[in-house]
Amino acid sequence: MINAVGRDIPDYLLKDGREVYQGKNYRDGQYFKKDSPRVKKHEKPEGSKLCSTIREACEKCGAHDGMTFSFHTEFRDGDYVAAMVCKVLVEEMGLKDLHVAATSLGSAQNIFADYIEEGIIVEAQSSGVRGRIGEAISTGKLREPAIIRSHGGRPRAVEAGEVHIDIAFLAASSSDCCGNAKGQGGKNNCGSMGFAMHDARYADHTVIITDALADFPNIPCSISCIDVDAVCVVDQIGDTSKIATKEARMTENPRELMMAKNVADVIAATPYFKDGFSFQTGVGGPSLAANRFLEEHMRERNIKMGFALGGISGAVCDLMDKGLVERILDTQDFDQKAAAHLFSNPKHIEIDLSQYANPSNKGAYVNNLDFVVLSALEIDTKFNVNVITGSDGILRGAPGGHPDTAAGSKCCIIVTPLTRGRMATVCKDVVTVTTPGDCVDVLVTDYGIAVNPLRQDLIACLDDAGIKHVTIESLQEKAYSLVGEPDPLEFEDQVVAIVEARDGTILDVVRKIKPYSFD
Amino acid sequence: MLIEKNAVAGTLESSDAQVSVEPADELRLNIESVVANQYGRQIKATVLETLSRLGVDKGVITVIDKGALDCTLKARVECAVFRSCDSSEAGIPWGGAVNG
Amino acid sequence: MVERKKPIKNRLRRTMMFMNAQKPGLIKDAYIYGSDSIILDLEDAVAENQKDAARFSLYHALKNIDYGDTEVIVRINGLDTPHWQEDIRVCVAGGADGIRIAKCESAAMVHQVEEAVLAAEREFGVEEGRTLLMAALESPLGIMNAYEICKASDRMFGVAISGGDLRKSLHVQIQRDGIELNTARSLMILAARAAGVQVFDTMFPNIDDMEGFKAEVIMDHRMGFDGKSIVNPKQIAFVHETFAPSEKEIAYAEKLVRSCQAQADAGIGVYTVDGKMVDIPFFEDAKRIIALAKACGVYHGDL
Repeated sequence: MINAVGRDIPDYLLKDGREVYQGKNYRDGQYFKKDSPRVKKHEKPEGSKLCSTIREACEKCGAHDGMTFSFHTEFRDGDYVAAMVCKVLVEEMGLKDLHVAATSLGSAQNIFADYIEEGIIVEAQSSGVRGRIGEAISTGKLREPAIIRSHGGRPRAVEAGEVHIDIAFLAASSSDCCGNAKGQGGKNNCGSMGFAMHDARYADHTVIITDALADFPNIPCSISCIDVDAVCVVDQIGDTSKIATKEARMTENPRELMMAKNVADVIAATPYFKDGFSFQTGVGGPSLAANRFLEEHMRERNIKMGFALGGISGAVCDLMDKGLVERILDTQDFDQKAAAHLFSNPKHIEIDLSQYANPSNKGAYVNNLDFVVLSALEIDTKFNVNVITGSDGILRGAPGGHPDTAAGSKCCIIVTPLTRGRMATVCKDVVTVTTPGDCVDVLVTDYGIAVNPLRQDLIACLDDAGIKHVTIESLQEKAYSLVGEPDPLEFEDQVVAIVEARDGTILDVVRKIKPYSFD
Repeated sequence: MLIEKNAVAGTLESSDAQVSVEPADELRLNIESVVANQYGRQIKATVLETLSRLGVDKGVITVIDKGALDCTLKARVECAVFRSCDSSEAGIPWGGAVNG
Repeated sequence: MVERKKPIKNRLRRTMMFMNAQKPGLIKDAYIYGSDSIILDLEDAVAENQKDAARFSLYHALKNIDYGDTEVIVRINGLDTPHWQEDIRVCVAGGADGIRIAKCESAAMVHQVEEAVLAAEREFGVEEGRTLLMAALESPLGIMNAYEICKASDRMFGVAISGGDLRKSLHVQIQRDGIELNTARSLMILAARAAGVQVFDTMFPNIDDMEGFKAEVIMDHRMGFDGKSIVNPKQIAFVHETFAPSEKEIAYAEKLVRSCQAQADAGIGVYTVDGKMVDIPFFEDAKRIIALAKACGVYHGDL
């Protein structure tokens, strides 16, 4: 069946109430019954929930074949816990038919790729898929297609019971013996535990893995001991130096700086840029650098930001320290500066993924967002964005909060170079739709700015401010004139991943790619 | 032109291509590209067209493409071929065999 | 295949940005930053054993990339190297707008290049005289011969001082206030104005020192340069801002042009505007300011 973004979704996937994407806000106003965890009573005072090994914790929670295990990725590429736990489950306990529900999957979990290849991990749900896992999934090694969900779509699916977590293994920078845990107070501090908090409340069992045992009670905390079954102390839970990726550093690349300045100019030209405005940036070079140029506009107009949302970098914390930001609502810290800032500034507040972006709760923070600045692997002439598949059709990205913030915000700006190497970023049709075009308002490239024709009001704003803009078609034509028109990718029929819209409908599917041969 | 000895041109940096040529009795093409799925056909056509304009019909041509544009691919193939004949430094037929 | 328009000798050249002709990722779209000219470099940026490869890249870039209104100049290797003649052939065949002669010291050197350019224009069927020339003065001798160099060819559109080598010959280090090149800059400006060609200042080497860069750009503008060599796109905006006529200058120039037309119609030579005496040179300069304001995109009047 063809959905609202023109993608053909195989009918066999449309079972158990699954629908194709119908456009934004399709499920607004509907009622649903929240799923609840099946929890074990700890009535008898036990004093401590410490287990000496991960295996002991797993056994205490009744780990067995076919269970769904969840992990969070606040440590990004520096996470040790997911790989460590999975190794115990598979190699020590010999479990099979594993289902993985992670907030993201990347190079830190490369061992998962082996288990997928070996048929031990059979299902995976994640917001992002990178590295070897992406290749294993793309080549169709999972028994069922992987499910790609946004950061808001994940808690929605958990609350709807579409994914039921049997055991959540949650890395924490410090915890006491009963499981009061947080992203601070240890030797490896990740800052916000926004990705983990919701899981602890909805999983049947929760195991805290830490490398810094704190005195009881370790409060205030992000995860409460009332939701924790077991605590396990290991040598190292992660390498915080790998939280900040190359992309998370402030760019000096002139192309990115030029785009960042244009982004800030567009923002300043809209009516939403007024005292108390709200703002989110992604972690890409130009998005992050937009903070720097926005500061100039804020000072010039003498206005402050009401709140900054989402994944937080040191750049936003700097703005707060300069008195330009009232509140920071933090789901994830992109660097150590932001992680430390969360606990040193009372106006910098940790929020979980449901508070952040869940479309099925009674109003997530993204709904109050004025601006979001996001990057893209591809954007097509219908403003549909792809942040999950590369130009080779392999999974190598992460929607994260992209679809949620795009849908919630008043002005969603995509910033991306027109081409990357020989890849046309602005194209006729994205390989995979991860954010629908009706949620995307402005595109800023190094070759010009385009505004979604749905937003005639923004077009008028840019005209008034004397900011030049062109059609997205002309940008796409320019891109093809530079790199040549790409041949369409060739796929097999097998669906290797389902891209869920944030409301749970099917936005797109990723099929198995046919390898290219030069002969 | 006849490929007289081994020669290389280009780099493995992003947006570039490294082209090596070796003498051989027949024409053999080895191409590897980071954008093979979308541009493999065009890369092969460009390399063959460039070789044919230079009159190269024998040799092993190896292209490791890192997302080079057509104009870069042509430049690297041409340079490698001219280097293999020790004639890359002067008197290049700009606008003739080296063209568009 | 892109056909480039015929180069314009006295066009606006506030910024001339150097790019390594050997780097495909750089030259493919260096025009997007909006510098008036880009200088694709075959000289210092390209290693000795890659000069041949750089020419192939340059040729295809010139033939295939649409640089739009951005002028494309190529810096060729010195006349004391084995490379410069083939450099000229590829520039002309590819249709570069102009050639920058490195380490130029005399009119004879300009003539040498001019002959090779003409030969190449004939060889490749390019309109004779199309390819413009500029000279980089990098030695005391070059500075002393600036006037004859500027006058050496109809193709010459300007001269640029090149500070790196010049400072070494002068036994000076770069100074915050620019005093070490004061004489050289002044002599070159005089020579260029006397010969009626443009004059450009050397690049500012420390791209992280934006304060020092800005001070130098302001000095360049006050000294009377037409523009500046730059090495990083982030330097463009400030140069363009500084070299654009101010609103006040434009308003006064506009007033002069209008009044002068009126006075000329009435047959009057010398007269006063805002209480100051003005004559023909004032009128010429006012017209230049209006033209510059138009080129900089800051003139919105109807003259």
